[in-house]
Amino acid sequence: MRVRRLAAWAALPLAVTLGLTACGSGGGGGSADDSDAAVRIEIAEPQHLVPTNTNETSGSQVLSALFSPLVDYDDANKPHEVAAEKVTTSDNKVWTIKLKPGYTFHNGEKVTADNYIDAWNYGAYAPNGQNSSYFFEKVAGYDDLQGESPKATTMSGLKKVDDLTFTVTLSQPYVDFKSMLGYTAFYPLPKAAFSAPGVLAEGYEQSPIGQGPFKMKGNWQHDAKVEVERYDAFPGQQPKVGGVEFRIYQQPTAAYADVLSDNLDVIKTIPTENLSTAATDLGDRFQQSPASSLQVLAFPTFQEEFSKPEVRKAISMAIDRDEITKSIFKDSQQPARSFVSPVVAGYRENTIGTAGAFDPVKAKAMYEAAGGPKKIELSYNGDGGHKDWIDATCNQLKANLGVDCVGTAEPKFADLLTKLKQKQPVGLFRMGWVMDYPSMENYLGPLYSTTGSSNYYGYSNPEFDKLLAEGARAATEDEAIKKYQAAEDLLAQDMPVIPLRYGQNNFGHSTKVKNVHVDLFDRVDLLKIERA
Amino acid sequence: MLRFILRRLLQMVLAFFGTTLIVYALMFAGQGDPIQALAGERPVTAAQRAYLTEKYHLDATGVGGFFYRYFDYLGGLVRGDLGQSLTGRQISDILAAAWPVTVKLAVIAMAVTVIFGVTSGVIAAIRRSGVFDHATLVLTLLVLGIPTIVLAPLAQYFLGVRWPVFPPTAGAQPSFYALLLPGIVLGSLSLATALRLTRTSVTENLRADYVRTARSKGLRRRRIVGVHVLRNSLIPVVTFLGVELGNLMGGAIITEGVFNVPGVGFNLFRGIRTEDGPLVVGIVSVLVVVYLLSNLVVDVLYAVLDPRIRYE
Repeated sequence: MRVRRLAAWAALPLAVTLGLTACGSGGGGGSADDSDAAVRIEIAEPQHLVPTNTNETSGSQVLSALFSPLVDYDDANKPHEVAAEKVTTSDNKVWTIKLKPGYTFHNGEKVTADNYIDAWNYGAYAPNGQNSSYFFEKVAGYDDLQGESPKATTMSGLKKVDDLTFTVTLSQPYVDFKSMLGYTAFYPLPKAAFSAPGVLAEGYEQSPIGQGPFKMKGNWQHDAKVEVERYDAFPGQQPKVGGVEFRIYQQPTAAYADVLSDNLDVIKTIPTENLSTAATDLGDRFQQSPASSLQVLAFPTFQEEFSKPEVRKAISMAIDRDEITKSIFKDSQQPARSFVSPVVAGYRENTIGTAGAFDPVKAKAMYEAAGGPKKIELSYNGDGGHKDWIDATCNQLKANLGVDCVGTAEPKFADLLTKLKQKQPVGLFRMGWVMDYPSMENYLGPLYSTTGSSNYYGYSNPEFDKLLAEGARAATEDEAIKKYQAAEDLLAQDMPVIPLRYGQNNFGHSTKVKNVHVDLFDRVDLLKIERA
Repeated sequence: MLRFILRRLLQMVLAFFGTTLIVYALMFAGQGDPIQALAGERPVTAAQRAYLTEKYHLDATGVGGFFYRYFDYLGGLVRGDLGQSLTGRQISDILAAAWPVTVKLAVIAMAVTVIFGVTSGVIAAIRRSGVFDHATLVLTLLVLGIPTIVLAPLAQYFLGVRWPVFPPTAGAQPSFYALLLPGIVLGSLSLATALRLTRTSVTENLRADYVRTARSKGLRRRRIVGVHVLRNSLIPVVTFLGVELGNLMGGAIITEGVFNVPGVGFNLFRGIRTEDGPLVVGIVSVLVVVYLLSNLVVDVLYAVLDPRIRYE
């Protein structure tokens, strides 16, 4: 009988737990609609929230609220001073940065030149393992901070003049240094961020203190949200909203559903599967703006069969860019026929000339005359949604060049890079580039110079390297652009990569906000956004 | 009984180490270049590479390197230290934040399964070949036929966006109400199975001799079904539910992703995508414990349900 009485309880444990949970979360019904003036913006979980360690868009979106940059970019993408009073140089080598007075950190500390110097030294010091340390490589003394046990902890190129002025000496003259200063890596850090000189305080990242228009409201709630509120003592342009809630999403489709039902205010990137219906779903709340990304198909120029520029140009001519951007990308990207993006000063349309004009007949004749390979392989990373356009491109090459073409997926881009570094034959491969700062040089140097950090195609042209170096040393930005354009013309002759498409920001917003702008770095402009 | 539980607990220790070894080995073998995976398509600086390599012993490769890293990991585990994810967060913190959410979701899903699945199963069995029986058969076949990856977005679109009955996503610190729709979607699959199981099992038992005896004794129908038949029919259902509970706790990767529920599956998905070995192994290790425990509970429940089953 005892056992039998126990039996009555057997089915109960579940019910009991249920009851407890129901009590625990009781009264939690309904969506939160407290009408404070915070706007809700979608991000992914940031990797880091330390300026020198943040190089992905979610982290830099949050930091753009907490910090005010030294310079920002105008409509022509030329830099102008924001937190800096004046950035001046006479020889492009020694730069004097004078700060605007009146800026304070959110904990009340006054912003001084030391804050910048300390932050940059921390970022450049190799043992700190900061993601954006390479931004400081142009500063004199950077090399002394590299290696496992560096010689120095501070860069010799950074010198304090007075509380609001400091100089930056570069190891080589560099005309675009002012443009670089708008990037996340160049924000200052308060004294409170350091527990000892050069040691970042534990937990700083959980609630970063900046000098920008918004301050943290509570801590970074991982996988959930980061909340910021207006910082009233901010001396610059005040935002029009009381605060921002950055909501963390794993999948953009979830964020899109939330925007449709006004549960979220801004989605920065509408997922591809929703693009075809976005215009009807959102009406004029679906918007597009230029982005800095450039998609290319790259040649392993070290491979015999792709070493002739004629072969490379013929393949370029056999691809119908307009058709692919229209039918596969639903006009969410734009066809590209230059090596730099339209978002930087010095861009010229159609620099690749005839190689960018779709002409299957001429392409086939040229390809056969140059003895191009009978079989073409297009490698791509399978995790990035590239299959459709790769297959479409392959079909075009098959039809127009009469070759055999296959798309080969590598699991991740990293796997593709590993193969390239070992110089394995992967055929053509896709590459994407997002600029670090708006300058032509940023589209040319890292990608095509002999020692470029992302030159995976083995392209090397001494003339090109020389023009780039001359451009960096040029006296004015306009002179520099001339040199860069000459360098781009060399690329057009050699075609180490085929430019295919420029990216666009395809964003949408709810009915509760207006004046939404997404900038070149895929960040929502927090000073412009308003509640509707 | 006590000895049985003790013996099982000891076996669990072995099973735990065995599974972590396998998971660790799989993650180790499948790992390409986690540092590059973390950076996406951006170039990684030499300094950053050196820093992460040293911190996570990524330079230890081959069989020797594997055991070095595995024992290093185990050592931390024994001290209660699950280690750090590749982005520098304590894995124990990640789990502490994710577990309550997933448990809540799992309990809702389980409640949906038990309340609707078992009840409908019993009704369908009693009124066999009736309208209700046929209707549930069609419905469950339909639900079983639709994978979650379709069902979840559909439910979200129709019940969250088109006719906003529920909030479309759960988000941070989700309320009970916000978790209801994902819970129903998650529970619907096991609901269908539980319903079929209960129906079959109850039907069988209704034909058993003891039911005829009870009926001829003049017992009320309610008591026959509610006490005698149900208890005997629950054994297969409980087995199924026990395993299912482990599955639900494992985090529904798809459902949590679609409804933006920051639970275990949500984190596991990110860990796999970014080749974050420590995070994946950490989550899976805890999942193994949950599975083992829920199976133990099921075994103990057998004895309670059926006194003929004895454990020595």
